[in-house]
Amino acid sequence: MYLYDEIDQRLVDERVAQYRDQTRRYLAGALTEDDFRPLRLQNGLYIQRHAPMLRVSIPYGLLSSRQLRALADIARTWDRGYGHFSTRQNIQFNWPKLEDVPEILARLATVQMHAIQTSGNCIRNTTTDHFAGIAPDEIVDPLVWCEIIRQWSAFHPEFAYLPRKFKIAVSGSERDRAAVQVHDIGLQARQNAAGDVGFRVLAGGGLGRTPIIGAAVREFLPWQHLLTYLDAILRVYNCHGRRDNKYKARIKILVKELTPEAFRRQVEEEWAHLKDGPATLFTEEIRRIERRFTRPNYLKLDALAPGYALELARDKAFANWVRRNVHAHKLTGYAAVTLSLKKTGVPPGDATAEQMDAVASLADRYSFGELRVSHEQNLILADVRLGDLHALWQEAKALGLATPNIGLITNIIACPGGDFCALANAKSIPVAEAIQRRFDDLDYQHDIGELDLNISGCMNSCGHHHIGHIGILGVDKQGAEFYQISIGGAQGNEASLGRVIGPSVSQAQVPDVIEKLIEIYLECRDSEEERFIDVVRRIGIEPFKEHVYGNPHQAQKNSQRQLAVA
Amino acid sequence: MATLIRHRKIVSDNWQLLKPADDGSAPPLPESGDIIVPLAAWLAQRDRLLQRPGRLGVWLAGGDEPALIAEDLKNLGVVAVYFTQFSDGRGYSLGRLLRVRYGWRGELRAVGDVLRDQLFYLAGCGFDAFALRDDQDLQAALSAFGDFSEAYQASAARPLPLFRRRHLNSPDGMEWS
Repeated sequence: MYLYDEIDQRLVDERVAQYRDQTRRYLAGALTEDDFRPLRLQNGLYIQRHAPMLRVSIPYGLLSSRQLRALADIARTWDRGYGHFSTRQNIQFNWPKLEDVPEILARLATVQMHAIQTSGNCIRNTTTDHFAGIAPDEIVDPLVWCEIIRQWSAFHPEFAYLPRKFKIAVSGSERDRAAVQVHDIGLQARQNAAGDVGFRVLAGGGLGRTPIIGAAVREFLPWQHLLTYLDAILRVYNCHGRRDNKYKARIKILVKELTPEAFRRQVEEEWAHLKDGPATLFTEEIRRIERRFTRPNYLKLDALAPGYALELARDKAFANWVRRNVHAHKLTGYAAVTLSLKKTGVPPGDATAEQMDAVASLADRYSFGELRVSHEQNLILADVRLGDLHALWQEAKALGLATPNIGLITNIIACPGGDFCALANAKSIPVAEAIQRRFDDLDYQHDIGELDLNISGCMNSCGHHHIGHIGILGVDKQGAEFYQISIGGAQGNEASLGRVIGPSVSQAQVPDVIEKLIEIYLECRDSEEERFIDVVRRIGIEPFKEHVYGNPHQAQKNSQRQLAVA
Repeated sequence: MATLIRHRKIVSDNWQLLKPADDGSAPPLPESGDIIVPLAAWLAQRDRLLQRPGRLGVWLAGGDEPALIAEDLKNLGVVAVYFTQFSDGRGYSLGRLLRVRYGWRGELRAVGDVLRDQLFYLAGCGFDAFALRDDQDLQAALSAFGDFSEAYQASAARPLPLFRRRHLNSPDGMEWS
């Protein structure tokens, strides 16, 4: 965990006091709705369908058990006993009272947390790989860089009123697990030929109405220049991004309208003024941030834990869970574990206060008191000893957090949808549940293999449907809720945007359509190794389309044949 | 007499802000007195404005290019940035550019939809004078400058970002912890 120093804490405390006064003035009628809106948004407070929604920042997805207990406490005290972990590694409370929010923020500040810039047209929480710091293939620890960016972006006076929201993601390795290609800025650590560390800088990626893969604005930015370069990109965007139409206000539209080449030139011109200025980073500062992170007190372990191999051989259910939910760790004898928040029947990403307390206890006992939130809306214990896995699995199972479905079709990523969100065209949660029920059989799921299924309730794409192998988008069809299905999207280095397979379908039809897609995939795959996405890439979307909607050409032939016979 | 916050004090304001007529044409110039004219008027009537008695200022709108007045800053008594909406953040970058890139040391004034809750960031970007929207309580607004006692980033008051100042004060930058 990054530990606040006196100034970090003071700034968060001062923010609470500032917002407390703003809320007081709003409730007293001294601040109008319009004047208050950006202020509350920059403190994470939306006005939703039923009640306000408070989005609490979990910087780069890292949480201590103490912080998770505070979140449980907030869920119990000011909400209805649960929270929703979002695709931006944050947590959302759906039922707080507007007048209670300053008190909630004050409670968060006692555990070095806040809701600063979790909404509004400003720089949002920077996200990263949920295996940051423990992945075997890292060039840099992205947590350190995310914290540097957090400090740079928090209360940045120049960039609090951007044309639109702004999201940055950092990947510490060449293999991208942070979806850097679909962020306003994506930073990918790399080493140049001389062995120096820097970042490949992508800009203008994003999902939403106009999904675009980010353009590389710089192939190699030495790390010292990270903040001045970010300043340059943000300034070009702040000055020239469109403000006349909020649907065209994201940086991706600016990059597209200027062309990536022209955008890059503008950034480089701006950067020429800022380069080597006061915001240039130096080694001692990186060391200072590194030292403020507490690190697990790892033991030197053997590669083979006593009992572990035996349990694997003896217990098929445990082995299944290990196969899906346990991940490689850079240190011998340790592993990372995903606690699935995707149990059938529970809205994806939701956790009750009791589960949060229980996970905090698991983190204390099995993973040095820390955990992470993944952008796939699960919780991760990153530093578990192999010898503890079986005991942890049994406890997680009892808590309903051991569904062995990571990477499988029922590990559905979904926004809260029309049940909660005022923007949504359609519900997400019941659709997710219907699909989970249809594919509930674990053996079948494992047979289907790796498959990302994402659901968004509207074009804002909070469920990242564009980059799901199967994406489901809620649309409004003359007042009724319909769903548009796309296939072929992917995240990571091979990022691609899904293509719509045909006319939208009703809620009841969605599981049938998904089943048909799976049928044709299973029929066409050349081996069990060939994933759904690989088959879509190999044979294209036509066979899938035909299997779902029928082949109009074939249908016509059939009816002609019938006529001929008659 | 209009009032204004300047250097964190409420003062009376002698400057008259001229706006283009509704058809976009340059505003008529008063015979005397201190005036702040729109950039277009300045570009169109530079010499005439310079010969006029009274001090002169120029105001920029969010989309205006500050480089256009860079050479003439020595002739100006005020540079203002006009916010049509407080949420239009372009003015913040204009402030930084005028101060840091073009070296403007005189009064940098925020005018238009300027509200108490944006004063701290505006000051951080170099604004030192604020003609607040009519409904704002100036006395109460003064407290906004103290909303935060520190900032991570460089600002007008602190040209070095926090991390640099930390390391100036102690070699390992840890003196605050």
